[in-house]
Amino acid sequence: MATPKIQGAADLNTPPLKTRVRPYLIVAPALLITIGILIPFAMAIYFSLTSYTFRQPVANFVGLRNWIRMFQDSQFWNAVWVTLRYAFWSTLVEMVLGLGIAMLLGSLNNRFSRILRVALIFPLMVAPVIGTIIWQLMLQSSVGIIDKFFNLLGVYGMQWGASQKTAMMTVVMIDVWVNCPFVIILILAGIQSLPKSPFESAKIDGGSAWFNFKTLTLPMLKPCILIALLFRLMAALQEFSIIFALTKGGPGDTLMSLSVTAYTRGYMYQKFSSALPFILILWLIVNIAASQIVKAWRKAQYQATGKDLEEPARKKHGRVRKGESA
Amino acid sequence: MRKYFALALALTLMATMFVGVASAETSKVNWQAYAGTKLQVMFNQHNYQKAITDYGKLEEFEKKTGIDVEFSVTPEENYFDKLNIALSSKSGEPDIFMTGAYQVWEYASAGYMEPLEKYINDPTVTEPTYNFADFYPGVVGTLAWDCVPGHPVGSGSQWALPMGYELNNIAYNKKYFDEKGIKLPTTTGELLETAKSLKEWNGTGSYGIAVRGTRNWATIHPGYMTLFSTWGAKDFAIENGKLVCKLDSPEAIAMTDYWVKLVVEGSSPQWATFTWYEAGSHLGAGVAAMLYDATCNGYFQNYPAGASAQSGNLGWYAGVVPDGSGLTEKDIKSNVWVWSMGMNANSDNKGAAWLFLQYFTSPEYMLFSGTDGACADSPRKSVADSDAYKSVVGKSFGYLEALDTLLPNATIQFTPQPYFFETTTEWAATLQDLVEQYRTTGSCDTAGAMKALKQKLDIAVEDLQIG
Repeated sequence: MATPKIQGAADLNTPPLKTRVRPYLIVAPALLITIGILIPFAMAIYFSLTSYTFRQPVANFVGLRNWIRMFQDSQFWNAVWVTLRYAFWSTLVEMVLGLGIAMLLGSLNNRFSRILRVALIFPLMVAPVIGTIIWQLMLQSSVGIIDKFFNLLGVYGMQWGASQKTAMMTVVMIDVWVNCPFVIILILAGIQSLPKSPFESAKIDGGSAWFNFKTLTLPMLKPCILIALLFRLMAALQEFSIIFALTKGGPGDTLMSLSVTAYTRGYMYQKFSSALPFILILWLIVNIAASQIVKAWRKAQYQATGKDLEEPARKKHGRVRKGESA
Repeated sequence: MRKYFALALALTLMATMFVGVASAETSKVNWQAYAGTKLQVMFNQHNYQKAITDYGKLEEFEKKTGIDVEFSVTPEENYFDKLNIALSSKSGEPDIFMTGAYQVWEYASAGYMEPLEKYINDPTVTEPTYNFADFYPGVVGTLAWDCVPGHPVGSGSQWALPMGYELNNIAYNKKYFDEKGIKLPTTTGELLETAKSLKEWNGTGSYGIAVRGTRNWATIHPGYMTLFSTWGAKDFAIENGKLVCKLDSPEAIAMTDYWVKLVVEGSSPQWATFTWYEAGSHLGAGVAAMLYDATCNGYFQNYPAGASAQSGNLGWYAGVVPDGSGLTEKDIKSNVWVWSMGMNANSDNKGAAWLFLQYFTSPEYMLFSGTDGACADSPRKSVADSDAYKSVVGKSFGYLEALDTLLPNATIQFTPQPYFFETTTEWAATLQDLVEQYRTTGSCDTAGAMKALKQKLDIAVEDLQIG
């Protein structure tokens, strides 16, 4: 005999309308912003297929002509190389320095460390362009304090941003000065949120500082480090203001990254449609890099906390993680 | 009889009065016609801008016209980027903008600039005392162009009015040169040797000659382009109805090769970051012994007293000619730059904008700017010939004499074409590469680099229609 359906039982299982609509209402503002971003993105793709310039603002369709010319242009490949080099070195130095400084600050808890924590954030409050101008003055051979300091050490004629050999080092140095505090703050927050008991146990067991760092701190901090890496790498790939303010991409094409090249061609040469493919390729590079880091972050999050953020969705759709049973 | 004589005399006197009155044209301009209008003005950071904004002259204009003026000031390195974006938006702002002669080739071609002849020739909006003919034809003519690539300036619509012009010559620390008995170099060889010998002339870090070096069109146009033209080189020529780049000519290669050596052996190691500001301020600070740049760049370091550490110690002369050329300083072909003001073709306030333009290029204002306004190189003959101007500008040793020497052969040495920004910026980038090569290895492949540049620029201009 079938179980009689109790009136209202289905109503008990189905959430009320207010609850069902709530997620969409929460997402709605973000959706509006996304549409606001997607429209210019779609327009950029469209205009990259036309002959639009500021001098002749008529969007005649030319197909892939701008794209083909870009791939055939040696300045494009140089721009890709410059972009990747800049992002690699600036992110690497910021992550290593940021982690080291955060560890030091995390291990100290006195008045000096508290003052230092505030002081180290100051560069973050300075706009990158202003920071670059400050550094430009400090590095000047005639009045620059840093150049004078090098003179005291017997080093003269440093060219800094004026030489193809030292220009990349100079912009990376400025980038690190501006953005390393961001990494420090993020990782320091992670350090301060770590559980104390594993470390206390390790201390009792006589674990060395390096052992603790390698087996406890680093794995538990990994999600935090990856978040910092994600933000910094995305920003470094797109960096424009520091490079442009210091050398406008020179000397020669030494610092002509994808963003600087696109700006130069689009706004200085007024060849808008032929500049757009450069910036769309940059978007692709940032997208690929970011998605790989997010993947690694999810894995690290699972390893660090045992929580799988995707578990509810996977269970709903019947997907299993490798090694798990359904 | 006496009565009739007296009457005749009185009538004659009255007649001459009326004749006198009739021959002095009466103004038909209503300066209050646009009272209440708000004007937007974009300025490049310059002494010409300061003369308008820092000495109360803007307030005088506002009081006279009732027009409210809002202005912005941007350093030169970023000014034209900002202006490009503003004009291409076709929003109508700014109403008035500072510009240069070369930029007219881009902006007028694109339809961003209002032709001014209809205002200049209209007695209902232009004072009879404005006297357009008082401008040096060679200066105001650089701002007239028929918008056909390859055609010289001087004909076609008048797109802007001059605030001041710049020739290019050599400024030097006269006090030091006199003390040490250093002879002024007159040839390129002498200039190179003198610049080399002046390394650390005033302590560590000081050097012989300052020139501009950023990856920017402004690196090419002052001293470099002047010597380039004197050397007999050209940037473009019209061949078979097309614009053809000539940067691979023997003269262009030889001159560029020389310039690279001059920069590496006689200038600052940080040359590649030098704009107008660094080059000029290094002369004023006593870091550079010489400056090969715009005439007024050094002038602003020399006047008024206290303008810089070396104020009062500087001197000027026409410049140098290529070794063995047989040329003299009178043959120097100085490039010309003309800071000017233009009107936005999309402005909604053209009437008010014309009053602004007229006021700040009038003989009265220009006499002020050329004297108390510290703006040398007045584009008006009446101002340049005045005792007041000569007594002020003449205080800078050799300044007026250098201008007199250079003026007959001075003109815009570039070939007018609307891709000027692109071609000269790539040119500057090539120059930076060569300097780096020479500094690192002791030699550079100037011929190879200039040939590669020629190919690049031929492609850049290939779609231009030559009328």
